[in-house]
Amino acid sequence: MAKITYITSDAQVHEIEVQNGLTVMEGAVQNNVPGIDADCGGGMACATCHVYVQDDWYDKLSAKEDGEEDMLDMAFEPKKNSRLSCQLIVSDDLDGLVVNIPSKQS
Amino acid sequence: MIKTDVLIIGAGPTGLFTAHQIKLIGLDCEIVDNLDKVGGQCIELYPDKPIYDIPAVPECTGEELTKNLINQLKPFDIKFHLGERVDEVKKDNINWIVKTNNGKMFSTPNVIIAGGVGSFEPRKFPVKECEKFENKSIFYSVKDKKIFERKTIAIFGGGDSALDWAVELSKNSKVNLIHRRDEFRGAQATVNRVHALVKEGKINLFTKYQMTSVKGNGQLESIDIKNDDDEKKNIKADYALGFFGLIMQLGPIANWGLNLDKKTIEVDTEKFETNQKGIYAVGDICSYPGKLKLILSGFHEGALAARACFKLARPNEKYRFEFTTTSSSLLKRLGKKE
Repeated sequence: MAKITYITSDAQVHEIEVQNGLTVMEGAVQNNVPGIDADCGGGMACATCHVYVQDDWYDKLSAKEDGEEDMLDMAFEPKKNSRLSCQLIVSDDLDGLVVNIPSKQS
Repeated sequence: MIKTDVLIIGAGPTGLFTAHQIKLIGLDCEIVDNLDKVGGQCIELYPDKPIYDIPAVPECTGEELTKNLINQLKPFDIKFHLGERVDEVKKDNINWIVKTNNGKMFSTPNVIIAGGVGSFEPRKFPVKECEKFENKSIFYSVKDKKIFERKTIAIFGGGDSALDWAVELSKNSKVNLIHRRDEFRGAQATVNRVHALVKEGKINLFTKYQMTSVKGNGQLESIDIKNDDDEKKNIKADYALGFFGLIMQLGPIANWGLNLDKKTIEVDTEKFETNQKGIYAVGDICSYPGKLKLILSGFHEGALAARACFKLARPNEKYRFEFTTTSSSLLKRLGKKE
């Protein structure tokens, strides 16, 4: 289990205990956190589960797989700390992770 | 006005197999899709990705699955209307009148929505003011390249579309290419060509930059861009082109009076009918208790919706359940028997 904090663009804070093995995207979708669309269902094919990872966490996450950066080219307002939340797999190491959700996904 | 027994919206795997089931039981159908090709998400999002959970097909790619489904439709004569988005569905006595964005009209007792997550539309610039210039000096595709001759163009994106147009338009226009990072995802040969043109001074390249605002009065005049380190630049541009791929949008479906649950359409599990008689939803776009967003579920849903269509298309006939192994009428329709 890991506590993941999702902050929406209108500053609403959602603290969710997410089971290990799920993705950060699934943690949001299953708990009705608004702002993560995940149209393709986690296939790294749509860039609609885009999040900004808080800086102190960014370097601790697993490296991006081939293709994630390509998809981020298409995301809404990508930044240096952008990730696709479907590629972040929850484990105890991610306990305390904070992600910001962009104002839009498309 | 085109008359048909069933109009299918969406030419993805579910729409294609639904068409098979409709033709097999002796009804006519036509298919509309907003993309310019058949296959839906399988072709647009993951043509090369292997799929492992199609019954009796241990492994196939999205492209192979689409090809096989098209092959399976070969015995039948089905009219596809590609590059058309259905904008309006209205009731006229017993039939539904369906209009597309290009003005095509259909009259049908049955509409099956096999629309996936909606229609694919180009992703647009995040900057709100771009809307004012859209289709005048800001575009997301190129219809007539002549308008760009001897003008200054700002092209945004890092994939094949952005690179191909940068190369092509650099022949007769001043091209600025802007991309959010140093790496491009386009074909290596095109990337090399772009770098060569940058060296020759034919293309101005700005990497790690993104658009922050657009300026102009009626016609675009300049664009502000900013890089990761907050360095700002203003570039002159008569036109801007954005190539950020496609996004799925529910779009006009939201206005057809259907009961929606988030981005999906509520249906019953007997006919896969919506709250509107004669409008059905199958595949990823439908929802009901226990719904699985699997291609195989779409096939089942389409088969049942097809049978439900029979009643409205042939009110005076009785549908008879038959097997393709034994029924001579089915074998005739499949072209296996005289």
